[in-house]
Amino acid sequence: MEGTAVRVSERFDTRRFLRRNGVALGIVLLVLVASAIAYSITPQRTGAVLAATLRASTPLILGALCGLYGERAGVINIGIEGQMLLGAFVAFITHAAVNNLLVGVLAGILAGAILGLFLAFMSVTLKMDQIIGGTVINILAFGLTGYFYQQGMSIQGKLQAIPLGPLADLPLIGPVLFNNPPITYITLLLVALSHYVLFFTRWGLRTRAVGEHPRAADTVGINVYFMRYANVIIGGCFAGLAGAFITLEQVGSFERMMTNGRGFLALAMMIFGKWNPLGAWGASLLIGFTYAFQTQLQFLGTINIPPQFFGMLPYLLTIIVLAGFVGRARPPAADGIPYEKE
Amino acid sequence: MTVRNSPVAEVARRIWRSASIPLGSVLLALLIGAILLLISGASPLEAYRALFRGSFGDARAIGRTLEKATPLVFSGLAVAFAFKAGLFNIGAQGQLIFGAVTAAAIGFMIEGLPPLVHAPLALLGGALAGALFGAIPGMLKTYTGAHEVITTIMLNYVAINFTDYLANGPLKDPTPGNIVARTPAIEASARIPALGSIPIGFIIALAVAAATWWLLWHTTIGYEIRTVGLNPAAARYAGMRVSLTIILTMALSGLMAGMGGAVETLGIVGRFQPGFNVGLGFDGITIALLGKTHPLGVIPAALLVGAMRAGSSQMQFDANVATEIIDVILAIILFFVAAETIMRWILRTRAVSEEKVTLSTGWGQQ
Repeated sequence: MEGTAVRVSERFDTRRFLRRNGVALGIVLLVLVASAIAYSITPQRTGAVLAATLRASTPLILGALCGLYGERAGVINIGIEGQMLLGAFVAFITHAAVNNLLVGVLAGILAGAILGLFLAFMSVTLKMDQIIGGTVINILAFGLTGYFYQQGMSIQGKLQAIPLGPLADLPLIGPVLFNNPPITYITLLLVALSHYVLFFTRWGLRTRAVGEHPRAADTVGINVYFMRYANVIIGGCFAGLAGAFITLEQVGSFERMMTNGRGFLALAMMIFGKWNPLGAWGASLLIGFTYAFQTQLQFLGTINIPPQFFGMLPYLLTIIVLAGFVGRARPPAADGIPYEKE
Repeated sequence: MTVRNSPVAEVARRIWRSASIPLGSVLLALLIGAILLLISGASPLEAYRALFRGSFGDARAIGRTLEKATPLVFSGLAVAFAFKAGLFNIGAQGQLIFGAVTAAAIGFMIEGLPPLVHAPLALLGGALAGALFGAIPGMLKTYTGAHEVITTIMLNYVAINFTDYLANGPLKDPTPGNIVARTPAIEASARIPALGSIPIGFIIALAVAAATWWLLWHTTIGYEIRTVGLNPAAARYAGMRVSLTIILTMALSGLMAGMGGAVETLGIVGRFQPGFNVGLGFDGITIALLGKTHPLGVIPAALLVGAMRAGSSQMQFDANVATEIIDVILAIILFFVAAETIMRWILRTRAVSEEKVTLSTGWGQQ
């Protein structure tokens, strides 16, 4: 992204676009061809794997977007896990209390946002080390949810799939893309929206300026503290939504530590995607795909391999792809450095 | 005036200055915890009394506190040591369980060794396994540029799955009727005993902490590690082997974590069983930060966390308070220790000059 901090948008340059996104495009093409071939052999399984891919990737990309907003504005967020966990818990107990899924989801988002506010307070106002700030949030969320959760609490129902009219009847694409529960749809929109906001709006330009060179941004009249607060809180909303997805759309109940490291995985997806919404989405889809794929393979049961080796697959693949194709990633220049006004 | 200026008073003032913030933070956190307990309908006095009785009440309680603190010193050291080179090792958990399973394997497979050979051998084996597993993210970082935060997180999952497979497959306890995924119990000769209520493992942990301190501030390698952590470009310009330093740091960090897993297996659990040491590696992050990433600061931090973990079951038993309140209190302690400005304002003390903790600059360096 070198140099883009000073431009709102740039003229489209095909050569440069290919050079930058060639690997990603190649992978996308490969996946499309592979799924077409797979579909011709076993249509049902292919559809199941692709649909599961999307579902598994949803909390990861939402968490990655949470980290991304913060880091683009210069605030490292390793508290995604905690924000997700508290979001999941608050969404769950709110739904249990008022028996309204929408209110539950909104409460989850609010919980994430409040922890975002707390992180911003620690890193922007107190100028605390941001790794510590994130860790405080993780432990706090783990402690609070564990302390207040009572065994046997349960909720009625969860978010159901909404088929999008005739689109849902299309072969393969229909069931995979157009027959999903609401948060999955919203997530797809949020990925596109985030890309647009970050790279094609004034808000995004200011956010990136604050993350790359806060002094320069301050000089031209951008309120560095406000931008950092706002973006970290927006990020918190995304993590809270991811939490609500887990309890109210995916599972339909709550357990202690139920995010199970997905917040940390999301952090990895953000770096993997080089601090880009679309890149992080691709990374999340890749991990989601390996999850779905290994589940299908275990279902088949014809291959005599211990299940733990399938379990390793997503993580090994991430390492291989990262080491082999992606390589060094550069975070925003002022990432993690508190800004001192002169 | 003469009393105020005497050297004794000066030393006392210094100790007060560096200890006042952690102590104040603990008190403040306990206070906030008490409010939380009151809100949820529990008695804070009863809860804290049980917590104290469970952690320091008698010799057995103190022994339990030291037992809990031992692996935490190791995992805290692992994370703190990597921070010194600007590396964030979230993978202490994975390195720790590799150390634990290796120590268990050496502990039950070899028979007939004298204790003075068997136990150290198993301990070293575990440490070495942790070191090898820790070196992988270091190599990936230097040779391919893969970020250690991602690779260590991913390798945690690999380690969990792989050790789970071992405990379910080739290393499974063959005792008839056993359906649990676990290794057989280790031989008596591989056990690390305790001296009264002081586990020898804890003494080893103290020695490793001291050795780490010595390595960092009294050797050339330590100097290189700290320079790479503060400014890799300058380190490279000065002719230091940055890549080698990174790999070495990660390997040593993994060694410490692996040793923690091995000590836990050989001194307490007596076998490897998946799920038995979950969280020890992640607690390492908290402890490293509470100890200000200083190898000697890790010791009181681990003791504090160990004491709270040791006393929490007593608290649950006596006062019917869920053990997770401990984590809430820990988070608040960490917050106040790190938010020095608030604590200094409350306590009206001045800042002590110390090496600045710089963690987040390591994010995009190298």
